[in-house]
Amino acid sequence: MKAPTVDYVRPRSLAEAVDLLARSGGEGRVLAGGQSLIAMMNLRLASPGLLIDIARLPELTGASDDADAVTLGACITHAAIEDGRMPDPSRGLMPRVAASLAYRAIRNRGTIGGSLALSDPAAEWPAVLTALDAEVAVRGPNGQRSLKCAGFTTGIFETQLAPEEIIESVRIPKLSVDARWGYVKLCRKAGEFANALAVAIAERGRGHCRVVLGVANGAPLVLDQTSQLISNGGRDDLRSAVVADLDRASDRHFDEFQCNLHTAAAMRAVQQVLQ
Amino acid sequence: MTAIRLRINGAAVADDVPPRLSLADFLRERCNLTGTHLGCEHGVCGACTVLVDGEPARSCLMLAVACDERGIETIEGFAGDPVMAALRRNFHQHHALQCGYCTPAMLITARDLILRRRAASEREIRDGLGGNICRCTGYTNIVTAISEAAKEASDA
Repeated sequence: MKAPTVDYVRPRSLAEAVDLLARSGGEGRVLAGGQSLIAMMNLRLASPGLLIDIARLPELTGASDDADAVTLGACITHAAIEDGRMPDPSRGLMPRVAASLAYRAIRNRGTIGGSLALSDPAAEWPAVLTALDAEVAVRGPNGQRSLKCAGFTTGIFETQLAPEEIIESVRIPKLSVDARWGYVKLCRKAGEFANALAVAIAERGRGHCRVVLGVANGAPLVLDQTSQLISNGGRDDLRSAVVADLDRASDRHFDEFQCNLHTAAAMRAVQQVLQ
Repeated sequence: MTAIRLRINGAAVADDVPPRLSLADFLRERCNLTGTHLGCEHGVCGACTVLVDGEPARSCLMLAVACDERGIETIEGFAGDPVMAALRRNFHQHHALQCGYCTPAMLITARDLILRRRAASEREIRDGLGGNICRCTGYTNIVTAISEAAKEASDA
């Protein structure tokens, strides 16, 4: 199908974009890569009155690299991350994730900020950035504020982003030399949305060990007991730790099949870390 | 209506378009470049893939207004492009198409795989074609044709 009638504007600065969004009376939608939004419009699942195109704003397409973190502009594409055209704070995890995400033609346009803003439960970045303990900077009419990615996504397609706010950048702490990561995406065809997705980070020096599931019938799910297990260097009770974490998440209503997929993905990701 | 100016296959184009018009429909309906095909219109089938500023993109998921000041290459372009010439020859030789609906986008995707050196093995080629659906061939001959074209490109 074709997208419904819509107005379009391409602001020259983020401040102008925020202003246009705030004054749109709820009709404005921010257009970054558009790889989900335009599809949703073509399917008539979304019909905004005004598209505010931020894809080419120089403020949102650059990266900065300081001593302990990398800050990526919201409109940096998955392909730029995949190709290593941006500084990588994650010792290879983020390029690996980017390469697993949809198809190259999608990755050339889709953006990291757009993925976070939409927070599709099957998307990669919300789970991965939660595992990396990243922060997201958002700008609204009253200025900028910073939020932990863990907690930024609050549910299925739901975030803490206020209606008049735009994601500006993501700040990702650098993994240290001794850090290890694991990443498992289960799907039946290259580039599909995941059926299960697990990310494990073990950085014992900084005391940051975290295992996170995507496709979790809601926000990314942090597996506390499993994370603790890695932190303690254990491996014998891995399956029971994952199962206990999934049992505790009864509000996610996983069926037996999903539990099996999540358990397999989480265990494989942790095993990559422990190898 | 919004005024746009862009380059399509090297030629300057200016037009007034409604913002909801996709790049694919702009190319097909306004520019008469009907080699760009529309299948699913939500980014899954890959039939509408063109180059936007040199990179493959879904023309069904881009609005024509958002292509203002950009450069577009469609299957009607690529005159004198050696990799595309090798692909066309090998698609012909290895019978890598039946109905041909997916072929323009297959060629554009394959050219990108070869240029990014992601066509060294059958596995790589099959992964790289994940976003381009063919309902006739079963892919075998497409993979063979791309593999042969990639060898020619690396020998050249």
